Amino acid sequence: MKHKEIKRVTDYDMQQLIGQVLRYGVLISGAIAIIGGIWYLYQQGSGLPAYTEFHGEGKGFTSLTGIIQGLGNGNATEIIQLGVVILIATPIIRIVFSLVAFIFEKDRLYVFITLIVLSIILFSTFGGLSL
Amino acid sequence: MTILTFTLILLLGAYLAGLAGSLTGLGGGVVVIPLLTLFFHVDIRYAIGAALVASIATSSGSASAYVKEGITNIRLGMFLEIATTAGAVMGAVLAIYTPVNIVAILFGVTLIFSAAMTLRKKHEGALTEGSKLSYTLKLNSSYPTPEGVVDYKLKNIGGGFSIMTLAGMLSGLLGIGSGALKVLAMDSAMRVPFRVSTTTSNFMVGVTAAASAVVYLQRGYIDPGIAFPVIIGVLAGAFTGSKLLMKLDVKLLKIIFSIAITIIAINMIYNGFNHKF
Repeated sequence: MKHKEIKRVTDYDMQQLIGQVLRYGVLISGAIAIIGGIWYLYQQGSGLPAYTEFHGEGKGFTSLTGIIQGLGNGNATEIIQLGVVILIATPIIRIVFSLVAFIFEKDRLYVFITLIVLSIILFSTFGGLSL
Repeated sequence: MTILTFTLILLLGAYLAGLAGSLTGLGGGVVVIPLLTLFFHVDIRYAIGAALVASIATSSGSASAYVKEGITNIRLGMFLEIATTAGAVMGAVLAIYTPVNIVAILFGVTLIFSAAMTLRKKHEGALTEGSKLSYTLKLNSSYPTPEGVVDYKLKNIGGGFSIMTLAGMLSGLLGIGSGALKVLAMDSAMRVPFRVSTTTSNFMVGVTAAASAVVYLQRGYIDPGIAFPVIIGVLAGAFTGSKLLMKLDVKLLKIIFSIAITIIAINMIYNGFNHKF
């Protein structure tokens, strides 16, 4: 019966799933940061760091399209930035997985609560707050 | 100093930050900001970007283990994340209108508060009777201990929710996880047992930091040259810390660390007043 299978999704399953999402997110972003970082040092390691004055990063580092373009050109810095984006996305993906789990658990209250948290983060991402 | 030496020293510093952060429960961000600003003279805005990245890395890295063990209260975390993420967004907006030296002073004050919180005695016992709201929101739960599964109930949900909003704002403004305020909300106000409040707080840090990191990334605060040694160092440090935690008596370590960050905090406040940021 389909109904029974849905009921079998428990808090325990959700804990295991969320644990895996967080672990793989961190491992993948860490691995990408290492690859990009080594390449970056190979390319620019002998240069001088210039961080005492704040300039803000260019388009290539601050938007997904910019990062993807830089990746196409084989830029080490954009590879690192991709790792950063995956790291930031990991807790957000965790929320999406919790949402799905609460839907399967038929916990309407927590589907609603999770949707609020997700909307706040989406607003923060796409709400033009960066200005 | 070339980029190579800068990277290697930062990598080592971030490793120690992750190690100290995981042993004391304060997270990686609190050490990363003073390390970058006071030691490397990096602009505090880049430091805030790096600290957010460090907070997400430590939170996600250690939360994966705690969640699987079933200590973390996912519903409580989810519910309180409404407060912390909303607060974080407010903090990220406030940051535009806050002069950097005020940010440095606020950071110093938060640091001293965190040091005091680390040494404070936490509630061990679990309440047997919760408030009405704790039942409505299904926040009461249980957690595994060596003596068996312990049930616990919560009170003062509104109070905890309010402190969490403040914790989120500070996190969005300063780039730290503000784990100390999160534990204060859960421990003192809601009476969540210690093990549950620390792991649930840690679980929430990632989402809270992500809510403001998406803004700071677009604002250009996150530099790849700083981010990669910080991510790798903090992750490796937190991993070592979680292994050591079982074998070490962290009591003395917490006292030493609290004194150290209080000195750093005074330094940040002093420089903030003298507009050295």
